[in-house]
Amino acid sequence: MAQRAQPISGTSGIVAGTCVVAAVLLAFVGIGLRAEPGTGLGPAEGQAIRFTVMQAALSALISVTLAVPLARALARREMPGRTLLVTLLGAPFILPVIVAVLGLLAIFGRKGWVNQVLDILDLPSLSIYGLHGVVLAHVFFNLPLATRLLLQGWQSIPAERFRLAAQLNLPPAMIWRTLEWPLIVRVLPGAAALIFVICLTSFAVALTLGGGPRATTIELAIFQAFRFDFDLSKAAMLSVVQLVLAGGAALLALWVIPAIPLTGGMDRPVQRWDARGGVQRLTDALVIALGAAFLLLPLLSVTLAGLVGLPLMPASVWQAAFVSLWVAALSVAVLLAVALPLAGWIAIRARGSAEAIGLLGLSASPLMIGTGWFILINPIADPVSLSLPVTAIVNALMALPFALRILVPGIREALAGHGRLCLSLGVTGWSAWRWLILPRALPQIGFAAGLTGALSIGDLGVIALFADPDRATLPLQMYRLMGAYQTDAAAGAALLLLMMALVIFWTCDRGARWYAKT
Amino acid sequence: MLRLEGLSIHQGSFDLAADLSVEQGRKVAVIGPSGSGKSTLLGALGGFVPVAAGQVLWQEIAITHAAPGARPIAMLFQDNNLFPHLSVAQNVGLGLRANLRLDAQDRARVAAALDRVGLEGMADRKPSALSGGQQSRAALARVLVQDKPLVLLDEPFAALGPALRQDMLDLVSALIRETGATLLMVTHAPEDVLRIADEVIFVDAGRAEAPTPAAEIMQNPPPALRAYLG
Repeated sequence: MAQRAQPISGTSGIVAGTCVVAAVLLAFVGIGLRAEPGTGLGPAEGQAIRFTVMQAALSALISVTLAVPLARALARREMPGRTLLVTLLGAPFILPVIVAVLGLLAIFGRKGWVNQVLDILDLPSLSIYGLHGVVLAHVFFNLPLATRLLLQGWQSIPAERFRLAAQLNLPPAMIWRTLEWPLIVRVLPGAAALIFVICLTSFAVALTLGGGPRATTIELAIFQAFRFDFDLSKAAMLSVVQLVLAGGAALLALWVIPAIPLTGGMDRPVQRWDARGGVQRLTDALVIALGAAFLLLPLLSVTLAGLVGLPLMPASVWQAAFVSLWVAALSVAVLLAVALPLAGWIAIRARGSAEAIGLLGLSASPLMIGTGWFILINPIADPVSLSLPVTAIVNALMALPFALRILVPGIREALAGHGRLCLSLGVTGWSAWRWLILPRALPQIGFAAGLTGALSIGDLGVIALFADPDRATLPLQMYRLMGAYQTDAAAGAALLLLMMALVIFWTCDRGARWYAKT
Repeated sequence: MLRLEGLSIHQGSFDLAADLSVEQGRKVAVIGPSGSGKSTLLGALGGFVPVAAGQVLWQEIAITHAAPGARPIAMLFQDNNLFPHLSVAQNVGLGLRANLRLDAQDRARVAAALDRVGLEGMADRKPSALSGGQQSRAALARVLVQDKPLVLLDEPFAALGPALRQDMLDLVSALIRETGATLLMVTHAPEDVLRIADEVIFVDAGRAEAPTPAAEIMQNPPPALRAYLG
């Protein structure tokens, strides 16, 4: 059929898309004003580029390698708590990075649980700082993602194949060769590429666990050039490097990156007849236990330490929590204002190259955009006074690709079901949004809003560039407490931050679904 | 009068031509084999299927390229005739005001329409709390408040049982008589034709034939229709 009539037009979506592109382009302009090619890139910056690529490659490699046995075990075992564990694999999406870092420090840090055991056994202790720590934290965040991607692949193997394999009485090695290995070859490169791109632009992990000449990422180098030397030219040059590196990698990876599984549907294991041997059971149980411990112990330690630390928090933490709350609220508002029209526009197009606009947010790093805007704002106004709105907007940009992935299918479905009815009643434009799309896509809208709110409230990025002591968000305040060795107060702040992220996500997601039902 | 002047529709390898007119106030059944293009014809009238050539004229005014909502047409589809998240009253109200800003007079009209179709007291229910027949009644109440001179039914009652379907056809028949609208209705069942229609448009082999009086054509069907009726 020729282009089908739709009750909504793409105009507002095109406007929103233009705003997004303009926001990123403006940052480029700002950077272009100060970047002087050929200057500012010394051996230290070369080292930062090498380190960035290396830690991202290692993180990707280790995450996907460990994900194979974990996903395999989860795919073929039915056990109590499996559903909960699979759900928890989605938690790193909304877990504030700095909270996870604190948890990892409690387990793997100098006085952490692991080192205490090593001490008792008279073994040399581990260090979590530097390359080890950065990779460890990235694996912590991305192992669950890789596992979910693989699990999704495993679940795409039709149950009949397993029945056939059981009927033919194939030994484990043949099941591996005929069913599992082809799947891994199909899913793993994409998962590795996605994790590589994510780790290239990671900032908060490098800030807290990296540092020094041997463990500085480009993103961190931008921050240091900006914050410590106030060398805008160097920061701009590094931003260009970051753009080329991360943007290039994102473009290359676009072909292999799989759809990101954000929602459930993975809690039902396919009935299996293979892998019933005792050794296999034992290894699977061990793998799942280790995986669960690796992911859950840091969170457990944060919770325990946080309970002790909560009463010890200075008033500044509560103030920062309040600031964070409104940054998150603003961020959600900006996201919805941009993502809804954009998703509507993408949904009424046949198939979309327009979705690439959302990916701008992934390839353009937050600190790069922050630097660009700082350079532009600086001559006109005091950037520090605008630090919170800028943070909120950048957070919304970062959440945009995920939000579009969530919203577009919901809007498409609403239009496919009732678009024709709207047209025949003349319910078009704003009325179609009000009476069809918003109510029908409410669960997706709530999910996207919750995700954005949680991402924003836990984000430690642009705010670190701009902020002064009066304008800290909770993650930044927590980072300052950690830097000042106020460990207990920091733990309290971490628990508060964790609770806030979870509550925001839960309120938006469940609230919207509940409202949609009544 | 509805006039289709040299109308021609192309959809991939499917073609449909129509050159016919329907007098005002007639009740016309559109019949023909599956895939012959009955729904396509109604879709083109409703503005959902693009017209390749020719004109659709209502009272000698061309509406060929008008937006669906701007045509003098109220239409019911095979399914999804109600918004599941809106109440019955809101669903009906959308037929009056596309932005649902209803004043007291509008609300009274909605209530009267619901009374007329036998849904008194159900205004605040969601469609999921209604039976299949009641959902059809709610959709018909909306057709009533839309008050358009041309009503198109693309088998909205296909999912109902025979007794319920006949109830609905009787209700449609009564409503059309009261409003004086023109009805075009796709159907598969010969007994429906005799129950409600004055005239029949037979669609087959890429053509929609001109309307023929229903009693006549059903008693003495041409060969193609005879083959279809069996």
